[in-house]
Amino acid sequence: MVTTADAAHTTAGQPVKYRSVSNDRIWALRWSYFFLILFALFFLMPPIYMFITSLKSSAEISAATSPWMVYHPTLSNYIELLTSPQFLTFFKNSVCVSVGVVTITMLISIPAAFALARMKFWGSATLATGVFLTYLVPDTLLFIPLFKMMAVFRGWTGIDLINHWWVLLILYPTLTVPFCTWIMIGYFASIPKELDEAAIIDGATWTQTLTKIFIPVALPGLIAATIFAFTVSWAQFLYPLAFTTSTDQLVLPVGIITTLIKGDVFNWGQIMTGALLGAMPPLIIYAFLMDYYIAGLTAGATKG
Amino acid sequence: MLLIALLVVYPAFYSVHLATLNKSMQRFVGLGNFTFLFKRQTFWMVVWQSCLFAITAVIFKALIGFIVAHLVHNIPDKGQRKWRGMLLVPWVIPPAMSTLAWLWLFDPSYSALNWILAQFSIDPVPWLGNPTWARFAVILVNIWVGAPFFMIMYLASLKSVPDQLYEAAKIDGATWWQTIWYVTLPMMRNIIAITALFSTIVTFANFDIVRVLTGGGPLDKTHLFATWAFKIGIESGDIPLGASVSLFMVPILAVAAVFILRDINKRGGQA
Repeated sequence: MVTTADAAHTTAGQPVKYRSVSNDRIWALRWSYFFLILFALFFLMPPIYMFITSLKSSAEISAATSPWMVYHPTLSNYIELLTSPQFLTFFKNSVCVSVGVVTITMLISIPAAFALARMKFWGSATLATGVFLTYLVPDTLLFIPLFKMMAVFRGWTGIDLINHWWVLLILYPTLTVPFCTWIMIGYFASIPKELDEAAIIDGATWTQTLTKIFIPVALPGLIAATIFAFTVSWAQFLYPLAFTTSTDQLVLPVGIITTLIKGDVFNWGQIMTGALLGAMPPLIIYAFLMDYYIAGLTAGATKG
Repeated sequence: MLLIALLVVYPAFYSVHLATLNKSMQRFVGLGNFTFLFKRQTFWMVVWQSCLFAITAVIFKALIGFIVAHLVHNIPDKGQRKWRGMLLVPWVIPPAMSTLAWLWLFDPSYSALNWILAQFSIDPVPWLGNPTWARFAVILVNIWVGAPFFMIMYLASLKSVPDQLYEAAKIDGATWWQTIWYVTLPMMRNIIAITALFSTIVTFANFDIVRVLTGGGPLDKTHLFATWAFKIGIESGDIPLGASVSLFMVPILAVAAVFILRDINKRGGQA
């Protein structure tokens, strides 16, 4: 499309009709850019505003100047948060939970997906559908029965599950495992059968086929699934809000919201700094692995 | 192999087990919760709000996603990656965190949005204080979070539409609108349907945004099933009542799930 427009543009002495077509194209392109910039402004406004506010002192925030400008940039909010032991605890908890969940998820979903994609045992197709169905069950439906279950569990064994950050290690995989398994099934199924048949003929066991053939070949899918698991466990808000309460057990998103918002005194500079720092890990991963991220996002619906 | 099969069955049935636990907990309490709920005005308000919230948000997300996907598709390939990357940012930030930013944008006394409006000498808007505006704000934030997802899905499916179809349409003298209506939309129908259904589930079960932005207020006018269930079940400690509230999400979710599964099975059959 673009080449015809360019050709029409560069060759002199074109009939008028072609010229108008090329003009149309150029204008369509300009309008596209114009609206894209509008939408980008809408989409990027909150993060940018977060950044702007995070650079302001409390005095400047309450001053009557334009909220979109920083006149006296300061890093004091960052310094204050990054040296506060409480915030670092949240951060540590978040990192522990996310890394743990990713590990657990991968340990479960890779063998599971392998079994469902390759071993044609009785009911494997139904099971695959079942895995997908579990993914559709939202967390908001499960948190109350889970809460109740934990109380029952304490009644039985005396082990208190509520209000410990590691309980999230048990809860999050219910959200991440189904989807990761689902993506991995898609990737594994796309590997040609000849490849693993050759391996089996060469005398490889199922485990060897998985580790030597499937995991290296499906690495992009694996990375996409890992990113998904990490993002979900980092951003999860409902479970930690319901299941952890004391300040040394909170993860980052809940910690920021419950401890930095105290009564009517909103320290917005710090809240925005905390929120920005909390949003950083997924954003950094996204910035470096965007293609995998998008692959994982679209795989869920298109790879079925 | 048995171990692997067990590892499959376990997570799959774990959630199913949890889902059934919901019901058994109700039998334990009896149907009293439901009759109690039906008598309460707040409950019907929550039902109405949840539907309003989900339907408006999904429609607008789909619309904006469709438009933006077309815009990105229009520009030269070189720049597409950059734009796509920028436009997906709202989806990447944890919703609880970005909602905080919105909360601050909507702040009653220092609202940056009102400041912009004031530049055009428009009166300040009580974003979160007034029920109508609060609903609008909650839906707006949800659209902001969800539209990029639609954009990415539509963009992927736009790329899979063969160019020959557009060329054929052009030769036949189709207008811009006819091209979209008769070529693009039918080719994208599957993706549009499945994305919308996914999003309906997620939007309907939304929790983070309402919780952080309004906490259900003012006067419970922005409560959804999830936030209301949380308030009743965890904060007020009436677990069975909260559970019965959250159970009302099941029928709608089940319908959406059935449609999605049908679509996936259909395509599985084709392949």
